[in-house]
Amino acid sequence: MKIFREETPSKKQAVERLRLILVHDRAKVSTGLLELLRGEIINAISKYVEIDEEEIDIELNASESKAELVANIPVVRVRRVLE
Amino acid sequence: MAGRVVVVTSGKGGVGKTTTVANLGTGLALRHKKVVMIDADIGLRNLDVVMGLENRIIYDLVDVAEKTCRSINKALIKDKRLSNLFLLPAAQTRNKDAVTPEQMIEIVEALKDEFDYILIDCPAGIERGFDNAVAAATEAIVVTTPEVSAVRDADRIIGLLQEKELYEPTLILNRLRPDMVRKGDMMDVDDINDILAIKLLGIVPDDEEIIISTNKGEPAVLNNHSKAGEAFRNIVRRIEGEEVPFMSMGGEPGLFGRFLKMMHGK
Repeated sequence: MKIFREETPSKKQAVERLRLILVHDRAKVSTGLLELLRGEIINAISKYVEIDEEEIDIELNASESKAELVANIPVVRVRRVLE
Repeated sequence: MAGRVVVVTSGKGGVGKTTTVANLGTGLALRHKKVVMIDADIGLRNLDVVMGLENRIIYDLVDVAEKTCRSINKALIKDKRLSNLFLLPAAQTRNKDAVTPEQMIEIVEALKDEFDYILIDCPAGIERGFDNAVAAATEAIVVTTPEVSAVRDADRIIGLLQEKELYEPTLILNRLRPDMVRKGDMMDVDDINDILAIKLLGIVPDDEEIIISTNKGEPAVLNNHSKAGEAFRNIVRRIEGEEVPFMSMGGEPGLFGRFLKMMHGK
């Protein structure tokens, strides 16, 4: 009978690797969702500042152990009053 | 009442789709349902071999789609053992584009009223063959094994099924090895449930009897001594709406297992 294991059981690695792989996979697939999100963000922000819609860049990035939504939105002008 | 149209799919090849279709089809037929299995894997047909019906093929799916044979019924092969079980084989010499999703819908519509179940064996991959197999289905079963690559592909397929408006696919976890799960070297049902988050339809243990049954062309569900056969019989009952507890596998060995270990002095 083996009392001590030499390594951690490989199942743990399988689960951890899968989780990360799927963040990447699912983020790539859900471009439709990102488009919807983009539209709503533009609407919300446009109430307060004028933005350059052409230059907006929204991405879902998955790094080492987390996923983050990164938005780069160039501001053209800040509105003085709410329109 | 029109029959249920169920596609069995996986994304990855070699995880046991065809074996699953053969066993579910046979299992449902054993329960006196009228069942037709459609092999949608054009160019790489296999369901006929798993069923032991390879010598009886005259017409195939492409002949039906192109209306080369006069009626669909002419192309249906009756099972050797069960008179209420039929197979519509794939063409072996053509490619996946020989049939269109529209033709698949037409074929399934024509069969729907006559059968209780139409099971569609989907080819591996996510291209035309997948589109064909899924086009007419109203339910989907995703087959995977407890391996990173198979689970990844299953996840992708679940996404694609949703795009085809098949929102509630169920999962069959195939080829689970309780001994490896106990050692921590194989993902368990809970791990996979957690990741894929779809309803579990059944767990099928890895079983040498599956290879023997494929050698013979007799689905394991007919064999009362096969563990996998038992698992498939349970899955059939769940498809039919029964509540059947899942076979205990993995985790802690049961009382009997511990007793055996004591006997072996381990």
